[in-house]
Amino acid sequence: MKRKLDIGGGIAKTYLALVLLFLYVPILVMALLAFNRSPLYQMPFEFDLVWFKALAENDRLLNAGWNSVVIALVNTVVATVLGTAAALAFSRYQFRGRQVMQLLLLPPITIPWLVIGTAMLVFFYWTFPLMGLRPRGLHAILLGHVALSLPYVIIVVGARLADFPKAVEEAAATLGATPWQTFWRVSAPIIAPGVVAAALFAFATSFDQFVISYFLAPPGVTTLPVEIYTSIRKGFTPEINAISTIIIAVSMGVMLITARFYKFGGER
Amino acid sequence: MSPRQRQKWAIFGLTGPAYAWLAVTIFLPLSAMLYCSVLDVSPLVPRPASFTLANYAAFFQKSFYLPLTWWSILLGFWTTLFCFLVGYPAAYALAKRVKGRWREALFLLIVLPFWSNALVRIFSWTMVLRQGGFLDMALHSVFPDAPAFNLLFTYPAVVIGLVHSYLPYMILTCYVSLQAIDDSLMEAARSLGAENTTVFRRVVFPLSLPGVISGAVLIFVPVIGSFMEPRILGGAKGATLGMNIEEQFTVTANWPLGAALSFTMLAIVLVIFAVLYPILKRRGVWA
Repeated sequence: MKRKLDIGGGIAKTYLALVLLFLYVPILVMALLAFNRSPLYQMPFEFDLVWFKALAENDRLLNAGWNSVVIALVNTVVATVLGTAAALAFSRYQFRGRQVMQLLLLPPITIPWLVIGTAMLVFFYWTFPLMGLRPRGLHAILLGHVALSLPYVIIVVGARLADFPKAVEEAAATLGATPWQTFWRVSAPIIAPGVVAAALFAFATSFDQFVISYFLAPPGVTTLPVEIYTSIRKGFTPEINAISTIIIAVSMGVMLITARFYKFGGER
Repeated sequence: MSPRQRQKWAIFGLTGPAYAWLAVTIFLPLSAMLYCSVLDVSPLVPRPASFTLANYAAFFQKSFYLPLTWWSILLGFWTTLFCFLVGYPAAYALAKRVKGRWREALFLLIVLPFWSNALVRIFSWTMVLRQGGFLDMALHSVFPDAPAFNLLFTYPAVVIGLVHSYLPYMILTCYVSLQAIDDSLMEAARSLGAENTTVFRRVVFPLSLPGVISGAVLIFVPVIGSFMEPRILGGAKGATLGMNIEEQFTVTANWPLGAALSFTMLAIVLVIFAVLYPILKRRGVWA
């Protein structure tokens, strides 16, 4: 019996290795070609950093990269603060409309981004000029990114709060702590990993977001994914491989850090 | 202030900002889009508009929308099917056959690409599928005389790219429901004389169906609305409803038509699920 299970384990690992090959080979091929000298992706492979050097002088891409980082950082702060507050209310209080409010988190997750992005474009086009704002631009992109990040933050922090040991807070209160002290010295450290994970999710959501930014970016003002899309449509160059490699490295790095704080898929 | 009142203000203060934000960026825009879809003149044109249902009628009148929609639904179907065929065994292997540190490491490796840039991952397939790309070279290193091989800008290329994008969703949702199945249930079935295949067919698979269904929903809906993936990997051959909607907003600037097509697309997705729901409910999924 034991022996049989071990064979099953071997097959399982082999199969999973094949799935991982499918998931990673294209990314590795793309990254490898970023270090190849030939502008036409020709073999044999000659190691060169020429495409990364070209990036360093490409003002359009650098600008787009800077925009992406700033938007992702502001998005992270705003979405984490607002989302954590809402998650706290859901876990602390039973009130009328609570379930409806939680159901309202589903449309932003399930409706295709194409529909949400174009809807934002229409709405901002009508309303922003009334406030003296341009309908498209970095402010519009930021508004959209926060909307996409918020439901994830509320769900991730809410999951952490669901296992919150309420007795600890009651104990602190019994021992004479003020509500403020209880929050900062007892509750906050317990929910902190959930909040950090949510913040990293929010960062990744914004940094990788293409569809919403694409519709809300006016000509000349772009984020990295929009700029990459525009370049791909013009034709493939190893410079796109170079910037893509950097992006993949950053997002995977962020998610590896997140994995320390958040267990994907529940119990393992 | 009474404790009750104080609680009310606390709830309002904590949830207000997040939901105000969602109202301004999701719910009001969707309403504005609905309004836009019944206008006869694009908001970009400085001419007074009146109400019309012509944009919705266009979907049925213009001969290319129905085939285009069918094409998109098929794309969603194939992508979901292949995600299931590849992803379910992977989820099963992960949940039931691999334990401990291996499982943790493999799981992380599978979900990692899922949170990295979708556009870049689609782009990476052009490096593999194009003529002179990775597959072409691999083929020619084994068979030097093989004809040139180019999958880029074909229908299979779009499906491969989409499966690559959405596979982790299916593995994740199936894994969660397979993980929740108690091993003693399977042992009980076996001790009552059931064959391994029977245990799987009658016990494991039915219990994991909710995971399969939620994975399928999470994949099918965005694939129907995809436009970036078919444009990069399918070129002119990969026309989808999503690409047509995108063009109404960025190229032809016919916003009302684009809005009407968006809502038609959402309605089609809802109808598909409304048809599937009773079947699934009868089978005990979505209890």
